[in-house]
Amino acid sequence: MSDERREIKPQESSGPRHGPGAPVHGFEKPKDTKNTIGRLLGYMADKKLQIFVVIILMLLSTAGSLAANYFIKPLINDYILPGDFSGLGIALMQLAGIYLVSVFASYGQSRLMLQVAQRMTNAMRRDLFAKMQKLPLKYFDTHTHGELMSRFTNDIDNVQTAFEQSLVQLISSALTFVGSVVMMIILSPTLFLVAAVILGLMFFFARFFTSRSGKYFKEQQKNLGSLNGYVEEIVDGLKIVKVFGYEDKANREFGRRNEDYREAATQANFNSSVIMPVVMNLNNISYAAVALVGGLLTVAGSFDVGSLASFLQYVRQMGMPVQQISNQMNTILAALAGAERVFEVMDQPVEVDDGVVTLVGANKNTDGFVEVAHNGVHPTHWAWKVPQADGSFDYVELKGDVRFNDVTFSYEPGTTVLNHVSLYAKPGQKIAFVGSTGAGKTTITNLINRFYDIEEGTITFDGINVKSIRKDDLRKSLGMVLQDTHLFTGTVMDNIRYGRLDASDEECIQAAKQASAHSFIKRLPQGYDTMITSDGANLSQGQRQLLAITRAAVADPPVLILDEATSSIDTRTERLIEKGMDALMKDRTVFVIAHRLSTVRNSNAIIVLEHGEIIERGDHDDLLQQKGRYYRLCTGQYELT
Amino acid sequence: MIKKLAPYIGQYKKYIFLVPVFVLLDVLCELSMPLLMARIVDIGIPAGDVAFISKTGGFMILLAVGAILFGVLNMKFSTTGAVGFAANLRNALFEKVQQFSFTNIDKFSTASLVTRLTNDVNNLQVTFMMALRLLTRAPMMLVIAFILAYRINAQLSIVLAIAIPILVVSVMFIISSAVKRFSVMQEKIDNINRNIQENLIGIRVVKSFVRADHENAKFKNSNDDFTNSAIHAINLAILNMPIMMFVLNAATVVIIWMGGKMVFAGTLGTGELISFISYIFQILMSVMMISMMIIMSARAEASGKRIIEVLDTQIDIVDNPEAALSVSLDGNNAPVTTTGKAENFPEVTSGKVEFKHVSFKYLLTGSGDDVLCDINFVAQPGEIVGIVGGTASGKSSLVNLIPRLYDATEGAVLVDGADVRNYRLADLREKIGVVLQVNTLFSGTIRENIMWGNELATEEEIITACKDAQAHEFIMSLPNGYDTVLGQGGVNVSGGQKQRLCIARAILKKPKVLILDDSTSAVDTATEARIREAFYHNLADTTIFIIAQRIGSVKEADKIIVLDEGGISGVGTHDELLKTNEIYREINSSQQEGVLAQ
Repeated sequence: MSDERREIKPQESSGPRHGPGAPVHGFEKPKDTKNTIGRLLGYMADKKLQIFVVIILMLLSTAGSLAANYFIKPLINDYILPGDFSGLGIALMQLAGIYLVSVFASYGQSRLMLQVAQRMTNAMRRDLFAKMQKLPLKYFDTHTHGELMSRFTNDIDNVQTAFEQSLVQLISSALTFVGSVVMMIILSPTLFLVAAVILGLMFFFARFFTSRSGKYFKEQQKNLGSLNGYVEEIVDGLKIVKVFGYEDKANREFGRRNEDYREAATQANFNSSVIMPVVMNLNNISYAAVALVGGLLTVAGSFDVGSLASFLQYVRQMGMPVQQISNQMNTILAALAGAERVFEVMDQPVEVDDGVVTLVGANKNTDGFVEVAHNGVHPTHWAWKVPQADGSFDYVELKGDVRFNDVTFSYEPGTTVLNHVSLYAKPGQKIAFVGSTGAGKTTITNLINRFYDIEEGTITFDGINVKSIRKDDLRKSLGMVLQDTHLFTGTVMDNIRYGRLDASDEECIQAAKQASAHSFIKRLPQGYDTMITSDGANLSQGQRQLLAITRAAVADPPVLILDEATSSIDTRTERLIEKGMDALMKDRTVFVIAHRLSTVRNSNAIIVLEHGEIIERGDHDDLLQQKGRYYRLCTGQYELT
Repeated sequence: MIKKLAPYIGQYKKYIFLVPVFVLLDVLCELSMPLLMARIVDIGIPAGDVAFISKTGGFMILLAVGAILFGVLNMKFSTTGAVGFAANLRNALFEKVQQFSFTNIDKFSTASLVTRLTNDVNNLQVTFMMALRLLTRAPMMLVIAFILAYRINAQLSIVLAIAIPILVVSVMFIISSAVKRFSVMQEKIDNINRNIQENLIGIRVVKSFVRADHENAKFKNSNDDFTNSAIHAINLAILNMPIMMFVLNAATVVIIWMGGKMVFAGTLGTGELISFISYIFQILMSVMMISMMIIMSARAEASGKRIIEVLDTQIDIVDNPEAALSVSLDGNNAPVTTTGKAENFPEVTSGKVEFKHVSFKYLLTGSGDDVLCDINFVAQPGEIVGIVGGTASGKSSLVNLIPRLYDATEGAVLVDGADVRNYRLADLREKIGVVLQVNTLFSGTIRENIMWGNELATEEEIITACKDAQAHEFIMSLPNGYDTVLGQGGVNVSGGQKQRLCIARAILKKPKVLILDDSTSAVDTATEARIREAFYHNLADTTIFIIAQRIGSVKEADKIIVLDEGGISGVGTHDELLKTNEIYREINSSQQEGVLAQ
């Protein structure tokens, strides 16, 4: 099992799930709206021209549709009723013109806005991804994968929908609304009063049902979370369910949760969908009332048929904006809340890297090292390039001498994981760590490559404090093979080459032979071109470990960290690859963590850790003579947890 | 597909039948409006008949109030029906998945099953709800509005006869190409998500190889790919609206032109002209709704297919109906005991296990190689049988055949003399305890987890089982003892502790046969020895199979089976095998180096 408690990761998110950060159907409110809007606008900075055009087009299309409705009045009063057909022809041409402009403007505007929104969210995803690469491991320890995934999916999607549709729709709805009101007042203030009463009702009901459904949507989301969680857990453990004949109980429990969800979902969906018929039919009442009162007014002679027809068109158009406005407001609020969460991640402090020492390829000559330009050729020597106070550089050969001086470390304040640890590894030595879960073995290796930073003491690499080495260069000099092997989608070859991107096919195959991975790769359906999917699910755990070892071998680093690297390879196979491993470890400083004592036996030094402290140190024979913890481990008297 | 899914509507059928009724009423109310308005304009106003105008207007308001009622009921029924249907479907899927055999489980990944049960069902729910509302409403609207328009003026409705086909053809064309582009976009979304997911899981690898730039570049590709395909797809989809508006507006202009002349000629009322224009809007809107439904159902179709795939999965391991039948033919009707068990099924009594010429291959892996080949052995009741062999030598496959987690391809596995295929699955598995290689604990307390073995177990039984599995001590050292809450997957206990809890869970069943599939790998040798000791003393009547990597784990077994590439390479005790079996010696010596001679 995983060595450090810290390493236990939350369940991989399988399929979309509703993690803690997932928006609750967009009824939550953003906290710092001003700042968020400001930053969102920042993403549109290079789209000023498009936005300007969008605004013009939006005004044009709204004005067009308002004008078209008004046109009905002169059409009827001035041309149709008097029978002026040449006038009607001209007026209809004008109307057609207005329609055309309106249609084209609205199409052009949505096309442009689509571009703007897509490019904007593209940039947001790009930045968020790049940010993710820079976040310290601590961040990943304290946040689930589902949480971060939901930033990329739900949150950015919300921003996208809002900008692609809602924003423009909201503004044009508002404009249409205001425009219609103005036109109605111009046509007949009295009739407007009739319409206004019902408009008020429409707004009231729209708000009422929106907030009611919001409440139920929260409930629904909660129940959905519990339902999905149960599905995930039971499906994940389905084999155990079968073995223990737990099927009926699981069915009952699922049925219960499903029923809860059904009830909440019915309520939520009913309350949100009922808005449409209510608002639309209130609008019809308005239409009827206007027809009634307008008809009476016309009979009384204070109104005319053309104006009534035109007024009725405006009334008919009123339902849409009212419905849209409350709808789109919610989408936009959800988008702002989503954007805020995205920016929250982007504002996280990145991995601290104030290192100035860099790693360079170098040639050795009589008075030291001469830096060679990097030209894709693997250099014979590597050297640390250390800047001096006077601006010159000093070159120190990369050998792989690692020392811990009185190092104290804790992941969370208060729970010390390593306590005043001092140790050394000379170039070419093989150092093994033995100890129970939580003893601090993996932590030590995580500190060498600065996955985490120490609070007290110093760690030096070839005599240089690791804090002054640039992180990227430090890590390039260290090869890691972790217990949980992670592979990437791509061919086997791509995955091996991950170790060194400019490695040739031959070099990769050579490394595979060295790690004894070649023979199983050859037997794969397409050999080195076999596609690896979903984290290497089509390979056995042992095969994945062999690939991970190959990947590290291609990188050819001076220091190698093997964290339970052969734990899933059976002892017979491990013996077979022993030669390869020996060759891989030759001339390198190697840190080994292993449960299996046969793996650590021939190390130069074995360090036994307990509760973050070194309790024994020495080679195999020394430690046996000490008759301490290691001796008891070897004789099976002591348990490693 | 509809035929297959329709039965899941079940008890919600009445809602589904009520929806069209209320939609019809709603549509009738709505479409009467322009007609009544036309009467006000054409009859009431010219005649100055205030009473007529008031009466007609009042009637319109009444109709609108009625429409609100019908609309609300309509939403109520369609929501209840669709959500209820989805709930039924979800239950059915879950129950189906519970019936899955191991072979079935292997076929679907966990993630894909979860997606089918959650996302896909929700997709169908949304689509069904929309379909209930739109697919009833739009055609009715279309037909009735057309009839009304035709009755107002047949000549004018020719314009519609031209406009509708134009709209239908162009919208269909757009949709069919958009659907293709959207499916490309969906692929790109999957790519992007996979890319992110991989980076989240493998963040340590990325960091330790300093591959942030490489990953950023990879992400840029999938990100840009997605954006471009999204723009490509949506650009086409948004064409729908302007086309619809264009056709609508053009039709309006033509109708005003033609209608205007008729109004002047007195063959058409002004009000009629206005209401005719209203109907054009309704008719063209319905065409749009229908086309939108087609887009939605294309997406739902994919979900439906995935769901049906699960529902249609053939469960390959089920109770054998013939077994019961063949016995009941001899002995009249099958007598049923109080526990509801048919007595003619065999029952596990002593735990003798026998393999007769058993061969086995996984049906799904595609490779035709036998995983097990002609396996023969007998394990007597109470024996401890060790099984050793390299990775992929068939150890797990062998023991999985005993509780019928898989069925042998050839030959027969017998428990107490009866073929396992003749047992009722529930009876067989109740008597066989299994600790799988991949252990799963569930969220809940330790007690709840252990009681999976026996829901009715007493406190003493639980403690005894935990003591035998050497778990009691560490459980008691936890702050809340047996009531300690485990996270999902048992994340807050160590590997060795988890394994011991799983053993306790299996022991609590008091099985006749106990199978431990490499289930003490994280337990130290001393504790493991104590567990074995407990087996000897407290589970003396249980036949125990132990699969192990460490020779030490099986050394004292009554019988050790050495497997090599699917065949039995040797059977015997530790000492016998050391003498006779080359592979066993090899495994043994590979493990001796690290361990001291004692």
